[in-house]
This record gives sequence, structure tokens and C-alpha cells, in this order.
Amino acid sequence: MNNGGSFKGTLQKIGPLLGLVLLVIVLTMLNPSFLSLNNIFNVFRQVSINALIAFGMTFVILTGGIDLSVGSTLALAGALTAGFMSGGIDPVLAMLLGLLAGALMGAFNGVVITKGKVAPFIATLATMTIFRGLTLVYTDGRPISDIPQNFSFEMMGQGYLFMIPFPVVTMFAAYVILYFVLKKTTFGRGVYAVGGNEEASRLSGLRVDGIKIGVYSLTGMLSALAGIILTSRLYSAQPTAGTMYELDAIAAVVLGGTSLTGGRGWIFGTLVGALIIGVLNNGLNLLNVASFYQQVVKGAVILLAVMLDRKKEA
Amino acid sequence: MTVPLVEMKDVHKSFYGVHVLQGVNFDVRPGEVHALMGENGAGKSTLMKILTGIHTNDKGTIYVKGEEITFSHPKEAEKAGIAVIHQELNIIPNLSVTENMFLGKPLTYGKWGINKQKEMRQKTVEYLQRLGIEINPDIQAGKLSVGQQQMIEIARAVSTNAEVIVMDEPTAALTEVEIETLFEVINHLKQSGTGIVYISHRMEEIFQLCDRISVLRDGGYAGTKEVGETSYEEIVKMMVGREIGQKYPPRTAEPGDVRLRVENLTDAEGLFENASFEVRRGEILGFAGLMGAGRTELMELLFGSRKKVSGEVYVDGERLRIRNPHDARKAGIGFITEDRKEEGLVLNLSVRENLALTNLNKLSDKGIMSNNREKEFVGSMIERLRVKTSGQEQKLKTLSGGNQQKIVIGKWLGIEPSVLILDEPTRGVDIGAKKEIYHIMNELTEQGVAIIMISSELPEVLGMSDRVLVLHEGSINGVFAREEADQESIMQAATGGGLTNE
Ligand SMILES: Nc1ncnc2c1ncn2[C@@H]1O[C@H](COP(=O)(O)OP(=O)(O)OP(=O)(O)O)[C@@H](O)[C@H]1O
Ligand SMILES: [Mg+2]
Repeated sequence: MNNGGSFKGTLQKIGPLLGLVLLVIVLTMLNPSFLSLNNIFNVFRQVSINALIAFGMTFVILTGGIDLSVGSTLALAGALTAGFMSGGIDPVLAMLLGLLAGALMGAFNGVVITKGKVAPFIATLATMTIFRGLTLVYTDGRPISDIPQNFSFEMMGQGYLFMIPFPVVTMFAAYVILYFVLKKTTFGRGVYAVGGNEEASRLSGLRVDGIKIGVYSLTGMLSALAGIILTSRLYSAQPTAGTMYELDAIAAVVLGGTSLTGGRGWIFGTLVGALIIGVLNNGLNLLNVASFYQQVVKGAVILLAVMLDRKKEA
Repeated sequence: MTVPLVEMKDVHKSFYGVHVLQGVNFDVRPGEVHALMGENGAGKSTLMKILTGIHTNDKGTIYVKGEEITFSHPKEAEKAGIAVIHQELNIIPNLSVTENMFLGKPLTYGKWGINKQKEMRQKTVEYLQRLGIEINPDIQAGKLSVGQQQMIEIARAVSTNAEVIVMDEPTAALTEVEIETLFEVINHLKQSGTGIVYISHRMEEIFQLCDRISVLRDGGYAGTKEVGETSYEEIVKMMVGREIGQKYPPRTAEPGDVRLRVENLTDAEGLFENASFEVRRGEILGFAGLMGAGRTELMELLFGSRKKVSGEVYVDGERLRIRNPHDARKAGIGFITEDRKEEGLVLNLSVRENLALTNLNKLSDKGIMSNNREKEFVGSMIERLRVKTSGQEQKLKTLSGGNQQKIVIGKWLGIEPSVLILDEPTRGVDIGAKKEIYHIMNELTEQGVAIIMISSELPEVLGMSDRVLVLHEGSINGVFAREEADQESIMQAATGGGLTNE
């Protein structure tokens, strides 16, 4: 939203999208089945979990922060939801409690960062370990699989709405809401301002601490949502779920053109970034590239994208 | 006639289709100080950025000692002997003074070798001494005053042995003493044949220091005059195209009841002890004092951005609980901070977003921004302050320095404050705009706003204040009514001289 009307700004905005389109064209030429409706839904479904986390991460990074604890938050919230359900709590209530737990974990991050004045990288590195540990404690290191059959819960990860996988519906709903929040609310304004110049924001009377706690809570809640979807899909909560998910989320944000120094970026870019990662994963699978090489390619693409972005800024 | 050190002919430049410079001529001769003047946004900084290789001109030629040249990188200009001290400081706050001095060009053993720490430190001391400045070379640059940081930049430019030094508003943040030092340095450089480009909005300085004056008007070239053959009035007319009249408009508001009462403010660091003062409705209270006297810090204490130990703040008789700037703003206190880049603006955001920043509440319903109200508010503010911008979406960092300052002011006018603190409000602002700011101050006081103005320009304090309060090393060392305030008594109080009457 902040690139002005300049040509360079426009290029910067559509750059990631151009990359995605290019990628799709190349993959389709290599393997036409890539563009089948079935496969497209497949890609979207695979992307949805990372995208949800990355949406939250966008807010955090826009304020100049980072959240490494998202994967652990996902696991703990998923385990809690599964645990509540197997303990007989109403599934819808259990899911809401899971979301609440995620938000609280995020709020904890926010409080440590603002009131405890700990750098976000360090704070969330610590809570990444803490939340993972708590997950292991809670699950006793074993998957929770005795989840009772329930339509609403099943819907989250496995359902369809008018033929569209429900996680994809959830992702787009979240996208629309968050786009609106970032673009049209005072909170969204605060997010950009705090990332752009924290001191000036504080002196303008913005509640900087509140905004920061807000973005981490939001990210916690979105991670929990991703955790519930994942648990529903597997119908089991894995204590190691979400390991290294923070990296894919950060990669999606960066690929989308959001600046790691804060203050500049947009959520549409993140959606595109998540899609690029998803398409790449899916395409390399279709092309039967060995999974070890896939990692190399993925890393190289991220590097390339960021370097191109730098060029444009210079 | 000697060949000019640099000469620019028929320079044109536009940004995204907006013409910023059109047919400008400019040259610098050895051993002269050449002033470059013009209103905010006239294109002065842009012209100098072209000369120093930061921007490239669309049309026109640049000669260095008679030879045509094009710079595509600042380093090339530096090699050609052109150094620049930018309007916006280029100091990295968490590096030491020495590290800042040698930023990007450290002295090393061999090309990629280890830094020669000792030598760099010693050189720094030397350069600073040459300028007659005492600054600890090991201290973090961020701990220094803006004035001292500016001095480091000047020392850095001098250290490159440049033949042409461009100074873009170097004195805007300096104390009287530092300005004198700077002038000595400039005269010294002049004698050794260095050519100096001097940009400033302070007329007195220009006539005191410079040999020639070139004027830009709205990106066009309005002409060059020898200082001896022109006058203050003529230059102003060249700049703004009209006469501007008296500098300080007469104060019209009658002070009423006490609006702001500050009692026994004491801070955590021991700068202030029981500072008390009051400002009436419609009154302008000027804060005088030397740089470092604690004027800004006292305002920060009042505004909640600095930790206080005790003390009360009352507005209209009501005791306020101000724990942070948010509380202060909600209570109707506005604070136009002195350091616009660090404290006032979000440079990567647009004019619109910056102006809205203090006014989000009034421009939204239940947390949702109202586009129409925002556009309307921003539009009216741009008009009221005559901000020179290509539109509401222009990024703040591409606005000229003086226009950036206007945005900081606009931010706080928007909250319709009952108490407004202005800390060096006219820094870097052209004469026309200065006068507009004074008018706005008058207007606000007529509406009953209580104003506190901090300024290092004593004539400004004397010209605009109803009362003048003098701070010396954190304590209030005299309050003068307008009639009894004069340069001498204020300076005496500011330097710690005997207490004067209330
Ligand atoms: N990078 C840029 N992109 C777009 N517009 C720019 C850019 N740099 C400068 N401008 C515009 O060019 C005009 C001239 O700016 P410049 O900074 O040269 O003014 P100035 O004469 O130095 O003013 P001041 O006295 O306020 O410092 C302004 O209207 C400014 O908005
Ligand atoms: Mg300028």
C-alpha cells in the first residue's frame, strides 16, 4: 500500500506474482497434469496451513519483529484441542479453547518482548522450546489419536464447501479479514507505523506495546487455527507437528516482498509467497525430483527472490 | 577569471514526471562561499544531490575544473573532490565517533586488512581539534546532541580534503557557539582555496558569511548576485516573488486563565528538581536556554515520554495522569518534537499516513478508518500549511526538509490541542513558511490554546513569546515578561547569571 504510484513501486508489487505465474507456466509445460483442477485444489490445500501462519507472520514482521514459536504453538494448540475432545469436551468449544490457547501463547510472546524488553528473535526462540516442551509434557510424547468422531471437527481439515477443500475456504476467509484489518483499521495503521519508526509512533501517542502484543496474539491464534486444521486432517495430534514451520512462513513473507526491517510490505504478497512455495513443492513432486534436491531448489529460489528484491530497492 | 571548481549548466531533473529542476545554472569558485537559497522544495538539495552523484540529471552538463564529467555514484564525486554534509544527518547512532568518522572508508593494513584502530582514533581527535570541538572519540554517536553529530559530519567532510564542500543547512541544529566555530572553520577553508556551497534559510548568516548568492524559485533559476550588490529584500523577492514584510506578526491574543499548570516535576535521572511553571489560555510561553539546558527533556517529562518521579500536571484545573504520550495526547497535549527524522515522522509512509497518525481516532469509527474523512483532513492540512507535495501518497522521505517539518506540525494541529508544545518548530523552514507558522501560532492562541515554544533562535523567542522562561542546567533561572525580556538579560540567565525578577 505504501509504494506510491511509481513505476518501480508497481514493479516491486507485481514481481512476486510474475514469478508465480512464470513458475506455473514452466511446470505446466513440463507436466500438463499440473494444471488439473484436482491438482490445483491439492496445492491450495497444502498451502493453506503455511499461508495461515504466514499471514500472522506478516503482521509481526511489519512491526519489525519475528516469531519463531509458530510451529510449537501449532503443536501445542493442536494437542490441547485433541486432548479436550478426547476428554469429552464439546468439539466446537474445544476448538475455540485451542484458538484461545494459541492467542494466549502469542500474547505471552508479546508481553515478554514489550514489557520484558527481550528481542523478538530471542524471546520467541525461547518460547519455541518452551511450547514444544509443554506439548511433549501434555502428550507424554505420544500422538493423541482417540479423538471422537465429529462433523465440525472433521470439516476443518477434511471437509469441502461447494467442492472446495474447507482449509482453502478458511485460508481465503482469513485472507479477506486480515487484508481488511491491515488496510482499513487503525490497528493496521499502527502496525505499519510501529515498524516504520517505533519512536515516532510512540511519540505520536500510539500504544506501541499494545499493537505489538496484538500482532503476536494474532499470530498465535492463526498458528492454533493451522494446528487444528492439521490435527483434523490427520485425525491425530502429533507432538512433533509443525517443526520448522516458522521457516516456511518467514520465507513466504519475504518472497512476497515484505521487508524484514519492518514498515513495508503487504499481505497479498504473502499469499503469493506461500503459493510459490506450495507450487514449487508440488511441482517438484510431480516431476519426481528427489526430496533432498527439493530442499536445495527451494532454498535457491528464496535466495534468488530476495536478491532480485534488493536490486529493485537500490 | 579563474576556472570554477565546479560548474553546472542548464540542469534539469524530474521525479516521476514532476519537474523539480528546470534550467538551473550554478558554479563554485575557489575560495568562495556560495549561498544557495530558495523556498522549501525549490530544489536546492536536489541540485546538490546531482552535484554529488546521488541523483543524475536528465539534462544539462557538469564541469569539474572545466572538464565535463558525469557522476553515476557518490564515490565518484568524492574522488573528484566534492564532499557533502547532507540536510538529514548521516550518523549511525550505535557506532562510536571514530567509527562514524571513517564510515565506509576505514584505514586498514593492506586493502582488506585489519583496521588501524589507534590511527583512526588519533586522526579523529586531530580533525575534531582542527575544528575546535571537544568530543570524546570513543563515545557512541547517538549519545551526542544533534549539534555535535552535525560537527562530526563536518569533520568527516573536511577529512576527505575536498576542494568543494556542500553544506546543506548545517546550522539548523547548532548552538550559537557551535555556529561561530563553524564560521571560523569555513573561513579557514576558504582561505586555503576550498569552495563552499552553503544552503541556509537564515538570512543573517548568508549575508555575514557568503560571497555570492544564487536563488532557485520553484525549480527554476532565479539568478545569482554578489552579496555586496544586493539586499535582504531583493533576495527575498527573488525567492518568493513578493515582499514578505515584517518578520514576526504582532501578537493579538489576550492571555486568559491558567490553562496548563506544571507543579514540582522531578525526573528519575536528576536533571530536574521540582520544576514548576504555568501557561495561560492564549499565551505563548517561550523557553530559552542554551542547548543542553534541558528544555526538550523537561517537555518530554511533561509529555510522558520520559520517566518522572513526582510532580503534577493540570490542564484547565484538572489533574492529569500522564504515564505515556498516549495519555498526553488524549488529554489534548500536542508535542512537535525537534528531531523530525527520528521522533516525528515515519519516512517510509506517505504524507497521508503520517498526517493521520496522531488523528486515527477522529478519522475512524470503531477502529475502521474512514477514507473520505481521512482524505479530506489530509487535503485541508496540506492546504493550510501549503505543503509542497505531488499528492497525498508521496512518501515522506522524498519531501523536502522544510516540507517534512510542516507535516510534523500538521500532525499535531490535527488533534486540536489545548496545549501545544513546539520544539524548534521553524528549523529548516523557509522565511515564508516561518511566517505562516507564526500566524498559525497566533491563530491558535486566539482560540485559547496554550503554547510552549522552545527555540534556539533568540530573536524568534523574543519576537513571538508573551513571556520567556529561561532554563539553566535543569533549573528555571528566570521568567521574563515580554516587555522586560531582552537579549542580554536572557543570555545572562541562560548562562547561569543572577536570578532575575518574575
Ligand atoms: N526522490 C524523490 N522523489 C520524488 N520527489 C522528490 C524526490 N526528491 C525530491 N523530490 C521533490 O523535489 C522537490 C525539491 O526538493 P528539495 O529537497 O531539493 O528541496 P529544497 O530546496 O532542498 O527544500 P528545503 O529547503 O525544504 O530543504 C520537492 O518538491 C520534493 O518533494
Ligand atoms: Mg533541502
